[in-house]
Amino acid sequence: MAMAAEAPKDSFRLSMLIFDTRYRSYTIQAVVLGLFVLAIIWLGYNVDRNLDARGKELSFAFLWQRAGYDIPQTLIPYTNDNVHFRALLVGLTNTLAVAICGCILATILGVFIGVLRLSKNWLVSRLMTVYVEVFRNVPLLLWVLLSYVILTETMPQPRDFRVTDEMLAAGEAPAASMTLFDTVAITNRGTNVPAPLLERGLGTIDLGFMSVNLTFLAIVLVIAGSVLAHRFIRAQATAIQEATGVRPVTWWKSLLVLFAPIIALLAALGLHWEVPELKGFNFQGGILVAHAFTALLLALSLYTAAFIAEIVRGGIQAINRGQSEAAFALGLRPSRTMSLVILPQALRVIIPPLISQFLNLTKNTSLGVAISYSDLSGTLGGITRNQTGREIECVFLMMAIYLSISLTISMVMNWYNRSVQLKAR
Amino acid sequence: MEKSVFFGTLAATALVSGLAAAGTLDDVKARGELICGSNTGLTGFGAPDANGNWSGFDVDLCRAVAAAVLGDANKVKFVPTTGETRFTALQSGEVDLLVRNSTWTASRDSELALDFVAVNYYDGQGFMVKKDLGVSSAKELDGATVCIQTGTTTELNLADFFKENNISYQPVNVADDSEAQRQYIAGACDAFTTDASGLAATRATLPDAENHIILPEIISKEPLGPVVRHGDNNWGDVVRWTYYALVIAEEKGITQANIEEVLASTNDEEVKRLLGASGDMAAKFGLDNAAFKNAIAAVGNYGEIFARNIGEGTSINLARGLNALWTQGGLQYAPPFR
Repeated sequence: MAMAAEAPKDSFRLSMLIFDTRYRSYTIQAVVLGLFVLAIIWLGYNVDRNLDARGKELSFAFLWQRAGYDIPQTLIPYTNDNVHFRALLVGLTNTLAVAICGCILATILGVFIGVLRLSKNWLVSRLMTVYVEVFRNVPLLLWVLLSYVILTETMPQPRDFRVTDEMLAAGEAPAASMTLFDTVAITNRGTNVPAPLLERGLGTIDLGFMSVNLTFLAIVLVIAGSVLAHRFIRAQATAIQEATGVRPVTWWKSLLVLFAPIIALLAALGLHWEVPELKGFNFQGGILVAHAFTALLLALSLYTAAFIAEIVRGGIQAINRGQSEAAFALGLRPSRTMSLVILPQALRVIIPPLISQFLNLTKNTSLGVAISYSDLSGTLGGITRNQTGREIECVFLMMAIYLSISLTISMVMNWYNRSVQLKAR
Repeated sequence: MEKSVFFGTLAATALVSGLAAAGTLDDVKARGELICGSNTGLTGFGAPDANGNWSGFDVDLCRAVAAAVLGDANKVKFVPTTGETRFTALQSGEVDLLVRNSTWTASRDSELALDFVAVNYYDGQGFMVKKDLGVSSAKELDGATVCIQTGTTTELNLADFFKENNISYQPVNVADDSEAQRQYIAGACDAFTTDASGLAATRATLPDAENHIILPEIISKEPLGPVVRHGDNNWGDVVRWTYYALVIAEEKGITQANIEEVLASTNDEEVKRLLGASGDMAAKFGLDNAAFKNAIAAVGNYGEIFARNIGEGTSINLARGLNALWTQGGLQYAPPFR
């Protein structure tokens, strides 16, 4: 610093941009930036020129053309008369469905396995080690394919469920039967589960730019209200505990507040279940969960759980032994020590790598393309791209969408991370 | 200094890619090998055997083009493509030519910027079901689960057919024929739909072919043919006329076996021009003057290719039908070679 201060200011020469350490880093950064911008320009130019050569131009107008193809699993209403943009949304919801279910399932499994891997029971901890090593050392794609092939090859065909008059007369049972009190049918085409139906739905209201399902809105509002009321009860109990030292019994209040309103609402709306029934070629009624979904969900959560288990184990081992010893000294049972003392502290170590596992899982949903799952890469990046010939636009859109999903997950998880970190007060 | 090197590289790359775009024909000649986009495996049309040797109706057209351009029918590299990857593979220059049961449609000509240069097989979409399903018409398939290859015209036809007939279906998307076959055999779908020729080819490979029937309805027109990139007209001409040479050869009775004999004895000027004994017709395409002769000598005429790979007597057992020569009531017709 002293040397720099002594340098005369008025004698700047161009060569100093290279030979003077004060300016060299700026020069290098400027050159790198320049090269980077040139590379981007060149890529853009290349795309433009090649598209010209093929007589194409970049345009997203295809998104508003009729799609014309059907999608096996749709979470939002869709027919082949809808536009490609709608197909994109169907794919997006399918992606999000797998990603969200996968993250939840993988976290639950991962935490269990991670904790059990530290178990003092030799057999349990070794079994968990085997699980972790097997799942994380075999490529995910193989797990996806394996679970899909197992589901489609080993499950019975719908016709195996059929009971004919001759069979009744002979007293024979069909080759396959429904599970869970005759409500769920698992065939080699998918899992048919009962569908909730409302006799007196509230209908929808059209706001011009979108239509709002009032029933859905009512359910969300009631649940949100219940959760808020539950929080209020707990806050009150804490206040009483702090004032008197005795925590009032609240569990029955919580149960009542959490479940009574929603049950009452559903009863008022006339909730009943539509059980799938074999008619013609397939089970009709109920909801068909495609095996592509189940297989992808299974593979993703089992695979990611192995990584999460390792993260959880690392997090727990990072907590000083003194913490558990102190908890034991206070008379806490091992399970409570884990859930009240160790895990909350371990979370600080666990959350950051957990974020990247969630991101991985979400991006890995695109492997569904191997089993023709109709996710974003199946509809937009597969069929729409192929039928319209808009490769660049589709891939660009896909990248943008995956990027936004990942950034959203990062944002939410970082926010959660901040809330569990040690706070300097 | 750094920048000028960069610009130099840039200019060189642009130049190289510019040249590459100039002519597929020159590329193929310079490479000494034709790269042909093929099916991942459809018996009779394009499939590798246990030793990795490709054979089939579409494969033979690739070999004919290789024989015409390079003088050797074996200088072909086959790149397996699925319904979804085929056009991207062609557009990106990964393959020079795509012969893979691809249907000629308006949007593929315009939006996808492809050039279909000929129709080597006139086909239509059908359905295959197991006999014990008790179905005799595609219109009885209400509520059925149907295996369908994604990224194909058949996928769109299927949606249209069920909508027009006001019946419903549950699609099971598959990537290629072999996956469709696996799902169909496992009973994961009631019906498998694709081009009727593809159904016949799939059925032929089933161990219990007699237990499967192809329903009578043909729900679409599927003109299948070789495809090249839009804008490379010379290359398109080479492929087109190689194909027509095979058709003319059948019309004129030139076969793989008698080609030398015909060449020596013929008085037909068109045959002489076709075989390069008179004029410089092939040379005007930028080929060796005996190019078309080489093609016919390598794989035989159109009828021979058909009979050898998919015709009656083979396991696929397809009749010529629409694909007979125009002189025999079919649609196969080549413009005059003059």
